[in-house]
Amino acid sequence: MRSLQIISIALLIIVLICLPLVIEKDSTINLFILVFLYVALASSWNILGGFTGQTSLGHAAFFGLGALATRLLWIDGFPILPSILAGGLLAVVFALLIGVPSFRLKGVYFAIGTLALAQILYITVGNVFPTIAALPVEDLSAYQLTPRYYLFLGLAVVVVGVAYLISNSKLGLGMMAVREEEDAAESLGVSALRHKLLALAISAFFTGLAGGGFAYYHVSYYFQFPFSPIWSLDMLTMVYIGGTGTVAGPIIGAVFFVVMKNFLVRNVGEYHLIIFGTLFILVVLFLPGGIISIWKIARKALKRQAKPPDYQLSPEKYD
Amino acid sequence: MFEAVAQNLIFGILLGALYGLGAVGIAMVFGVTKFLNVAHGELLMLGGYATFWLFSLFNIDPFLALPLTIVFLLLIGAVLYKLLFSRMVKLAEEEKIKNTMLIGFGLTLILQNIALTLWSADDRGITTSYSGQAFTLMGLRFPYLRVAGLVISLVCLFALHLFLRRTYTGKAIRATVLDWEAASLVGIDVHKVYLLSFLIGTALAGVAGALVLVTFSVEPAMGMHWTLKSLIVMVLGGAGNFIGTFFAGILLGTVESVTAFFIPGNYRQVVGLLIFLLILSFRPQGLFGRKER
Repeated sequence: MRSLQIISIALLIIVLICLPLVIEKDSTINLFILVFLYVALASSWNILGGFTGQTSLGHAAFFGLGALATRLLWIDGFPILPSILAGGLLAVVFALLIGVPSFRLKGVYFAIGTLALAQILYITVGNVFPTIAALPVEDLSAYQLTPRYYLFLGLAVVVVGVAYLISNSKLGLGMMAVREEEDAAESLGVSALRHKLLALAISAFFTGLAGGGFAYYHVSYYFQFPFSPIWSLDMLTMVYIGGTGTVAGPIIGAVFFVVMKNFLVRNVGEYHLIIFGTLFILVVLFLPGGIISIWKIARKALKRQAKPPDYQLSPEKYD
Repeated sequence: MFEAVAQNLIFGILLGALYGLGAVGIAMVFGVTKFLNVAHGELLMLGGYATFWLFSLFNIDPFLALPLTIVFLLLIGAVLYKLLFSRMVKLAEEEKIKNTMLIGFGLTLILQNIALTLWSADDRGITTSYSGQAFTLMGLRFPYLRVAGLVISLVCLFALHLFLRRTYTGKAIRATVLDWEAASLVGIDVHKVYLLSFLIGTALAGVAGALVLVTFSVEPAMGMHWTLKSLIVMVLGGAGNFIGTFFAGILLGTVESVTAFFIPGNYRQVVGLLIFLLILSFRPQGLFGRKER
């Protein structure tokens, strides 16, 4: 990374750290919390879905398990940070349990298999915990937004940092090799299964932590809600909008997702999902590399303008 | 006890026919074009609503309305294909599956919310003069509506089978499935084959939607459930074998229905999903599919 990039990222983080001191409106803080949550989710999903190329439709399971463990432990009186960690670890345990059988499935079969797994948890949790996870009164009166803000900011920074480190490591190269051509990767000594499992475990861990944050952030929700397939679809949508397989793509996608949805809800109300769906399809059709590819296309176009190719023969020469 | 189980079995078979019909539609499209249309459940929902409005506005019997419902779905299918899916034809297989899946998710959002704004979130069902009537055979109840669902599904399946096996166009479709490049070399218009298969899929979704309306009810958010069921049944049945797909649907329906009898609570879908995953991990090619490679 160039030093200019490091400085600007550090500045951005400092600004984000100072933000709650300046902003007093709760709705703005909430919006930032949502952005951080979705950045963390999209970046986690991208480690498995983008780097390793395994399209999962079951990440709601990891998110839900993280939320479930955290909420139950926290209400039981455990401090919040260990509870969230436990949520992340539970998600990893589940990921490793399902990992080996799931990875026998390739491509679209993997996607449908993970969706089925997540649905099993979704329905079962709805049966076992049919109630609303409401906060006890003493926790409710102590509720403050600022610690939630810092928790999600920290989580987003850590996940993006880990994604960056992975993308620049031998491990990341191995993952991408598995994505591009599994047989070729195997023949070069890259164990496809080991890389997929590792990507799944890392991805599930951070998704579980995000679920723990969700349980800490939301005052009351149905226990079943974080297991809803909507979460898996949102993660996939954000990553593809931003640009899959890149570090910056999921961040851009998540910011776009939250800000655009918020904007549409305010301005077009009940039509917001129709317009959002249309926007998403337009991105898939015309920007297959995601929003991040605009930058690459623009840079290429600029270069072409600055230096016209000299090998092109102009017709005048033949006159 | 035995009679109760047998009754559940019957209901399971009748429910499974609907799963099978939904799955044959999605499998027809996927098998030929490799388009994974995850908005299939939403098309099914549109078929249900079309039948509902034909019945409640013009008092047209839901079964007589089937041709109109099919025409409506064919129009929608043609628009979707021309606007969106036709752009995906030339992609490599993996890319095609992924991109059509993403487009399908976008469509899901759009269609579901259009239905929500136009027709509200209410459950819509219809009651005909023969709703609730049944005939009894060996002490077991057979509701007319559900039996009609099974019969219509079988008719669709049989017609599709004959079409694919006995007509020239059907032969062209099968050739395209085997090798689209070779097919286009011998003069088959692959684009036309793709369009046709997509339209057959949407039409089947429309029929399934009408049958779901008369046996249960429809609402804007039902699509996800039916897409998931159709996908599961398609994978269970294995690729390239519609009869197998249909029987996988019947199997899933039966398992769910019998489970609901033995296990209290809302676990019938869980058992169906578990069996699906188990079969998938031992036979990734599906129950009735042939092994690839």
